[in-house]
Amino acid sequence: MKLNVGAVCGPGGSKKNKTGHWRSFRPKVDPEACNGCGICFMYCPDASIKIVDKICIIDYEYCKGCGICAHECPRDAITMEEERK
Amino acid sequence: MTMGTKRVMEGSMAIAEAIKAARVQVISAYPITPQTHVAEFLAEMVANGELEAEYLKVDAEFSAASVVFGSAATGARSYTASSSQGLLLMTEVLYNMAGMRIPVVITGMNRSVSTPVSIQPDHQDTITFRDTGMIQLYVEDSQDAYNTHIQAFKIGEDRDILLPVLVAADGWTISHTFEPVETFPQEEIDAFLPPYNPLYKLDPKEPVTFGAIAMAHNLMEFRYLHHQVMHHAKKKVEEVAREFKERFGQDYGGLIQEYRTDDAEVILVAMGSLVGTLKDAVDEMRETGTRVGVLKIRCYRPFPDEEIRRVLSRARTVCVLDRSISQGYGGPLTIDVKAALHNQRGPQVLSFMAGLGGKDVTIESVKGIVEKAQKVADGIPVDEEPEFVNMNWNIV
Repeated sequence: MKLNVGAVCGPGGSKKNKTGHWRSFRPKVDPEACNGCGICFMYCPDASIKIVDKICIIDYEYCKGCGICAHECPRDAITMEEERK
Repeated sequence: MTMGTKRVMEGSMAIAEAIKAARVQVISAYPITPQTHVAEFLAEMVANGELEAEYLKVDAEFSAASVVFGSAATGARSYTASSSQGLLLMTEVLYNMAGMRIPVVITGMNRSVSTPVSIQPDHQDTITFRDTGMIQLYVEDSQDAYNTHIQAFKIGEDRDILLPVLVAADGWTISHTFEPVETFPQEEIDAFLPPYNPLYKLDPKEPVTFGAIAMAHNLMEFRYLHHQVMHHAKKKVEEVAREFKERFGQDYGGLIQEYRTDDAEVILVAMGSLVGTLKDAVDEMRETGTRVGVLKIRCYRPFPDEEIRRVLSRARTVCVLDRSISQGYGGPLTIDVKAALHNQRGPQVLSFMAGLGGKDVTIESVKGIVEKAQKVADGIPVDEEPEFVNMNWNIV
């Protein structure tokens, strides 16, 4: 694809830019410990967490593995594991 | 040719008159000496209904630049002005404007930069913008300031260019000095400068992304295209100056202006209001038979290297008068002029762009650079300078 003037492109470009492969550590949710309180959802800087049926669901296509969710979870339901690709 | 009206006015008023004549739609500025009068005159024109524009009052120059950046991105002709520390505060926004190819016109009312604190003119503030990717024009007097501001919109908004244009005018010497200035009828200015017709614009109905992220695979290519456009802008600066001359009979040069250089043994090189003084000095020295001339650099970026070579190669001695300093090396204009002349004799200097935006520079790439240097030493001519190393030519 050719670069145009000022590299102006269509809307929603950040959605196409999947950042999941930046991750060195992967958040893993323990569904037994998670009560879906949504604190991780509020803290996630990349909007990569949603709460569905009172369970934290992580979008690994965009999650960069910063670990804030694991740090903030009051029930220690999220642990960071080394990413193996 | 159109006849104008000649009146005595302050340099700042000449600039405000040009902005009004250009039918600027959005103005945002934060007052700072010696730019203040421009900000005030324009505020008055808007308040009195002489100029139909949005005038946004802001808390600082970063905001002023951001406002006109955004308004120009929506397709509105936009303008701001500042000096010294105020200009420096805009810096981050100016790089963005240039990269996103948003054609704002900015007056840099030249003033020295702290420390030491000073309100006196020199080019230290605007010279800092050398590498922003904006077009930079330095004016000589109030008339030149009027002419050049109108030309700046035409250059920057051209579909083949689309770049912000900085017009640098010396504080006090131009901003606060009263001189006769010829202004031209609105309909004649309108004929010269049609409304801005953007290639891309921010519009909620048809959303686009400006300023998307670049990575190692395309940042350098982006810079390459910007660099190419800057080169192309040389022709446009000349073309627009020529058209202005034909229509209005005003001639302050295009990229450069020569003054009595034809048989000159000594050529003085300078930018801005200093040039007027040099011309007067040359006239006096000519009377006693000294063969001396002036080369004005009107366009500092893109830098008119070929034109400078053409003129200066005729002289025996060249004296560059710098109005700013790169501490630790010397005058920025001198450095540029020397660089423009260097390849005339002495060792050949080759230039390479390498490693921009994280692009790999491997041992193999370095070997390639050395091989090119050896070939050039063997007499193979250099085709394009600088060479962009490891370019992905498929996307440019």
